[in-house]
Amino acid sequence: MNTTETLDPLGRKEPVTSMRWWPRGQSAGWTMGAFLIALLVSAPILAVLYLALFPSENIWPHLASTMLPRYLKNTGIIMLGVGIGVALIGVSSAWVVTMCRIPGKRFFEWAMLLPMAVPAYIVAYVYTDLLEFAGPVQRMLRTWFGWQSMRDYWFPDIRTKGGAIIVLSLTLYPYVYMLARAAFLAQSVCAIEAARVLGRGPWNSFATVALPLARPAIVVGVIIALMETLNDFGTVDFFAVHTLTAGIFNVWLGMGNAGGAAQIAVTMLAVVIVLILTERYSRRRQRFHDTTTRFQQLPGYELGCGAKCAAVAVCALPILLGFVIPSSVLVYYSINYFDQSWTSSFFAFAGNSLLVSGAATVVTVVCALFLAYALRLFPGSLLRFSVRLASVGYAVPGAVLALGVLIPLARFDNAVDAVMREVFNFSTGLMLSGTVFAIIFAYAVRFMAVAHGAVEATLGKVRPSMDDAARTLGETPFGTLKRIHFPMVRGGILAAGVLVFVDSMKELPATLILRPFNFDTLATHVYQFAKDEMIERAALGSLTIVLVGVIPVIMLSRAISKSRPGHGD
Amino acid sequence: MSVKKTVFGAAFAATALAGFSAQAQEVNVYSLRQPFLVEPLFDAFTEETGIKVNVIFAENGLVERIKQEGANSPADLLLSVDIGRIQDAVDAGVTAPVQSDVLSANIPTHLRDDNGQWFGLTQRGRAIYASKERVAPGEITSYEELADPKWKGKICTRSGTHVYNVALVASMIAHHGYEDAKIWLEGLKANLAQKPQGNDRGQVKAIMEGVCDLALANTYYYGAMLANEEQRAWAESANLVFPNQADRGMSMNISGVSLIASAPNKDNAVKLIEFLSDDKAQHIYADLNNEYPVKPGVEWSDTVKAWGEFKADDLSLTQLAALRSDAIRMIDEVGYNE
Repeated sequence: MNTTETLDPLGRKEPVTSMRWWPRGQSAGWTMGAFLIALLVSAPILAVLYLALFPSENIWPHLASTMLPRYLKNTGIIMLGVGIGVALIGVSSAWVVTMCRIPGKRFFEWAMLLPMAVPAYIVAYVYTDLLEFAGPVQRMLRTWFGWQSMRDYWFPDIRTKGGAIIVLSLTLYPYVYMLARAAFLAQSVCAIEAARVLGRGPWNSFATVALPLARPAIVVGVIIALMETLNDFGTVDFFAVHTLTAGIFNVWLGMGNAGGAAQIAVTMLAVVIVLILTERYSRRRQRFHDTTTRFQQLPGYELGCGAKCAAVAVCALPILLGFVIPSSVLVYYSINYFDQSWTSSFFAFAGNSLLVSGAATVVTVVCALFLAYALRLFPGSLLRFSVRLASVGYAVPGAVLALGVLIPLARFDNAVDAVMREVFNFSTGLMLSGTVFAIIFAYAVRFMAVAHGAVEATLGKVRPSMDDAARTLGETPFGTLKRIHFPMVRGGILAAGVLVFVDSMKELPATLILRPFNFDTLATHVYQFAKDEMIERAALGSLTIVLVGVIPVIMLSRAISKSRPGHGD
Repeated sequence: MSVKKTVFGAAFAATALAGFSAQAQEVNVYSLRQPFLVEPLFDAFTEETGIKVNVIFAENGLVERIKQEGANSPADLLLSVDIGRIQDAVDAGVTAPVQSDVLSANIPTHLRDDNGQWFGLTQRGRAIYASKERVAPGEITSYEELADPKWKGKICTRSGTHVYNVALVASMIAHHGYEDAKIWLEGLKANLAQKPQGNDRGQVKAIMEGVCDLALANTYYYGAMLANEEQRAWAESANLVFPNQADRGMSMNISGVSLIASAPNKDNAVKLIEFLSDDKAQHIYADLNNEYPVKPGVEWSDTVKAWGEFKADDLSLTQLAALRSDAIRMIDEVGYNE
């Protein structure tokens, strides 16, 4: 498996491990391109760092002595809970759907992704609406048992850390499911057959062969889910759980101290970087390529009756709780408040959402592909650093990121304006900040890590010997990408695109701050009502976000099914 | 009159465009208030003057945006829901003074900045809501009594660090000094029925649900809940208590507006502020959101009138804003939100 040698452009054989810091020859173009992308994408983060290091008023001592330990503890508990939750749900459902013969298998294949289309804060609103004292569930219980007031019985409170963990796990597990399933599908059946021949049972071969092989993909999924958790504001705010993100808002808005907020944001970044490094360190000596080309039909375990029920439940429950119940409530409210919600501007909001999300998706995926491919071709330390740098935006909460985007864009605009005034006596004003460009840029910065993770996970599975063969036969690096890699990693690229698109549709805080005048997306439209707990008027918009999210989810799932080598048309 | 103005406005706009001026007849508003609360006012303004109102709404970050955009910022006005955010903008140096006879006549001096850096547009009080069933009239009459151990486990509030509660704590600091205010806040914290959560309406709902007997919420929510079919029962479960009527009066806050220093449409912006302070807009504010108009003589909405007259705390808003960061520090120190 250790065929990590490649031909350099001059045809000399050279082990990849000897990395030069500064590239020469043809690799310079790729490296410089990647470095430039990374620089652009990380400019907002550097701006936040700058704010943190040079705050107008230093409140760090106050933070460190009062709130920060509390924020860290709450954040840690929630991340641990969500990490376990998404891994359990995501991996188990991906395994069952891929490897077991269960009723409705084809349905579950794509339906498992559905909860991804529902923004977590919407799920939080819906469940609070259902489970609170005045909600239908408790009302029914009171009628059945004749209870009068809250003091007569105990009912779990959803507005807790536990509630937040459940809601976030239910909406974020699809990230793990999707990547784990893609990994299971891409595994050669030989590995599993070999395990079975050597006397391992289904459970055992899962635990000792399939799971370790799929680990890079699973870990990427869990990390994406954890980063989403880390900068979730809507859910934790609604549940009154004080995490680092809630702290940022408190310090920034309450105390009017952007520097202090940036300091907490940097603390969060540190958490993420530790997370990523731990993962990389733990698999530093491993390579994951298939060495065989045998991809026959996966066996499909025949299950007993009890096991079959359990397997179906593993798949059905998350869909029921994460999608069916929340969207039913949304449908109910949408119908009842249709007249108030269905206005002429509704199409405009939807159009705006599509426009910015679509543009951001194209930009982000192209950049991510470039980064991943440059790194594959010419793995130098500068490139490696660039790629890491380009991925940290995901960990910065949207509102802080918006501030980070504003600083370089406004500086650029004002500098150009000053020059134009000086030279041509003509004012160009703000060309980039305050336009949709700012929003698209923010999305690209925020979701670069998602796209890159997905692309890298699939690209990493293409054996380097394929590159070698193509290059030996005279293909250029670009030609290799186009004719060899692209067809092989199409599934991964699609996955990256859909992830970015759905995430962009849901993004709220950065959109609010950066948008131009009179510009509403579905998310901002929903927010102004949801914020005041007027869920009934937010329902139609929310439902549309969900529906728009469902279409790519289905497309994606079909693509993943087809992406298995040897499958598809 | 209004038709004339519209025609004039349109004609002026056409001339301006023809004259290769980049200035169309418009005014740009950065709003911290939700659009559905302010759009009817802007529509009325456009109808009357022909000036188009462009809006960006965001709850946070707009002051930073103005700061970063610098001299080229398109923002003309900043619209805010409390004095604190306005003061942030003034402190950041992005606002400019406005001198206007109309504003001086419409807005009493204590509801606007001495230098014209900001103007209050509506007033709201921080009231106590008391359960009709479980709290006898007169049993609670002041903010100070909220710290009385007899209410242990019976009080609900939203997050301590929300601007409305921060302003109340700041007013307690202003009246009692930091140390005594802190003892009060610790007492209130000890009386909470549950971890602070939800919004102001949610606290009143909790009274109906029997979770608590007392809650803190702004006055206009009483009207908003009564007007909402689903929420009427929440409001009807509670009495609205105006606190401290025997001494300093109810703690007040404003929603307000500031002119941005780099405003590209300064004249239109001033026109809009004047419009918002005048009878028509003040009526809309009062009727739409059940707030108290700032312009003397503008009638309260019928709903608000039914709650009766009250004595308002005349603490200066500038002082209230200045004590804000002390208040937040205190709220964190007592671990109010835990």
